[in-house]
Amino acid sequence: MADERITDIGPPHYEQFLPEVIKKNYGKWDYHEILKPGVMVHVAESGDKLFTVRAASPRLLAITTIRKFCDIADTYCGGHLRWTSRNNVEFLLTDEKKIEPLIKELADYGFPVGGLGAKLSNIVHTQGWVHCHSSASDASGVVKAVMDELFPYFTGEKDLPAKTRIAYACCLNMCGAVHCSDIAILGVHTRAPVINHAELPKMCEIPTLVASCPTGAIRPATVDGKQSVEIVEEQCMYCGNCYTVCPACTINNAKTDGISVWVGGKVSNSRVPPKFSKLAIPYLPNNPPRWPEVVEAVVKIVETYAAHARKNERLGEWIDRIGWPKFFELIDQPFTKYHIDDFKHAGETFMRTAQLRH
Amino acid sequence: MTETKRKTPLIDELEKGPWPSFVKEMKKEAHKPITRDAISQLERSYEEHISHWKHGGLVGVMGYGGGVIGRYSDLAAEFPGVAEFHTFRVNQPSAWFYTSDALRTLCDIWDKHGSGITNMHGSTGDIVFLGGTTEAIEPIFADLTANGWDLGGSGSNMRTPSCCVGPARCEWACYDTLNACYNITQSFQDELHRPFFPYKYKFKFAGCPNDCVASIARSDCSVIGTWKDDIQVNNAKVKDYEKQGLDLNADVCDRCPTRCMSWDGKTLAIDNSNCVKCMHCINMMPKALKPGKERGATILIGSKAPIVGGALLSSVFVPFLEMDPESEYSDLKELTEAIWELWGEHGKSRERVGEFIQRVGLSNFLEEIGLEPVPEMVMHPRTNPYIFFDDEIFEKAE
Repeated sequence: MADERITDIGPPHYEQFLPEVIKKNYGKWDYHEILKPGVMVHVAESGDKLFTVRAASPRLLAITTIRKFCDIADTYCGGHLRWTSRNNVEFLLTDEKKIEPLIKELADYGFPVGGLGAKLSNIVHTQGWVHCHSSASDASGVVKAVMDELFPYFTGEKDLPAKTRIAYACCLNMCGAVHCSDIAILGVHTRAPVINHAELPKMCEIPTLVASCPTGAIRPATVDGKQSVEIVEEQCMYCGNCYTVCPACTINNAKTDGISVWVGGKVSNSRVPPKFSKLAIPYLPNNPPRWPEVVEAVVKIVETYAAHARKNERLGEWIDRIGWPKFFELIDQPFTKYHIDDFKHAGETFMRTAQLRH
Repeated sequence: MTETKRKTPLIDELEKGPWPSFVKEMKKEAHKPITRDAISQLERSYEEHISHWKHGGLVGVMGYGGGVIGRYSDLAAEFPGVAEFHTFRVNQPSAWFYTSDALRTLCDIWDKHGSGITNMHGSTGDIVFLGGTTEAIEPIFADLTANGWDLGGSGSNMRTPSCCVGPARCEWACYDTLNACYNITQSFQDELHRPFFPYKYKFKFAGCPNDCVASIARSDCSVIGTWKDDIQVNNAKVKDYEKQGLDLNADVCDRCPTRCMSWDGKTLAIDNSNCVKCMHCINMMPKALKPGKERGATILIGSKAPIVGGALLSSVFVPFLEMDPESEYSDLKELTEAIWELWGEHGKSRERVGEFIQRVGLSNFLEEIGLEPVPEMVMHPRTNPYIFFDDEIFEKAE
């Protein structure tokens, strides 16, 4: 058997999955047009047209659903479909007449069509309580609660000034790398880890654990005659890196874990360079199943942005134009000591000019 | 659907509402005991505000150091179905294109061996199978590889590269992202499956500066398509956009970051020497404007999320690199191997290459990998006078 073992083959070649219209016009697309929310056409130099219908997805999909998507793709798209970098599912077709029946079938199955252009896209997110050990909160649940409320911005019933990207990560590890999003929702731990001194010597290498702390808050210590560590709590910034290298340093805390909200990031280079998201709300309670405080805060930010920003102005560009004091006033949130950076290079964020709005 | 052992009123609430429900998705596979227990355990987390997954353990397929992430329940006695609930990362095809036949094969494999729950897709880009037992690992791998699929990366290795839709469906693709992603993935299979780096190393291939795969924020090596020559302009079509209500001055020219364009009602004049390839004008008028014809990519290095030393965006390494598929991307591979060698030898455990560069200094890093410093690499030159001078500066002075 051993010599039959197949390894290191890598992914299948993408070409076998491309529809004929793409193979024929690969690299020879002329332009595209958004026909309506979630529907666009790409026109090739040859004149061939490829229609794309983009549907929402919770990212977590049952194989039952994927098989249904396959049946739908067989009916309308010659079996061709793809996913986007924001976890939407896209159906690729050449017959314009099939678009509306496809949209209807997707909607009937519970997968509405939307996004594209100056719309809200899907929220990229992490695993949360569904499958992660270090999550400060659930991920899928917060995303579902927020998107249920922001749904009209996805379908296009409500307008936005520019494309809007929301991302969610359930701890500072940020598997979703949410730190460059128009709005980032981030689960936070707020207390130093609790050490299980009985288990620690069996489970963890102490030098590795000490080295894992970016602020030097972990020191070797002897507890009840056993080698362990102690935490200088005032130095801990709750990053959880120690928990990643040592399971005996529990960072999760049901009472104090919460959710923060960050704004104004982007990754595209259009107009202004990519930007990090900045802290808007340091802490909101962890309140399943619908996280009303988080939903209310995010909806308020989106509605305020939609009402005040200019056309083609991303959320961060809008804030840069009006200034942070006005932003906090408009979203009705306090500016606190937590908003002032005290990590490395913090001084770069201090306002060193008298150019202020009074 | 088979009933779960306990009622799940909290997560049931999330079956309501217009956005597709992940709870409904999980319940579609509740005929499997493993999935039923995952649903029940999730309800417990909703009741208690805490995760019930334990820290990962070492699991994997023979000969690989990554691709399977161990996951165990801390409530195994109550929910034995999820005592072992490991993650399998399956390397996705370039740009996430599938045929229904290929997807059905993957579904059949996951139906046979695991929970039936997936992520389409994980944050790095893989197809993610959520929840299988230790015993199932080798059989899943055998079925995947027999059907032409392989595992993706995890741990301190090259992570599964990903790319945007590129020339398959985008007129702005400045190089073949699908081909580059496939080529790099296949060329570095050993680095993908067998972790021996200080920490993870991610590639993302974006066809233009719109960066639809967020490469500049999410990959140690960000390959962003760009061009050198003039934006292609069709003035008649620019005029059409104006007729349809686009305000060329307010919405296009005034939003140009270098103010390098003007519109007199007939001709869009562009000072291409001052264009920074931001894409705004092209985004606004896809029928009228296109990137230039002399195309390639900018290579940027070092982005990452906050853990440990703070979040970073990638920074410019090679302002313009040709990305001809016939070259097999030899320049990019040579640069990559030089980076891996240096960082591999001197990087600390769990230190991403972006943090490593900050620690040793960009100038030192460039010197070691053999790249000349160019002004495109910095926002501006240094403002402090604490310069470490080499002896060679005296030799030049003499």
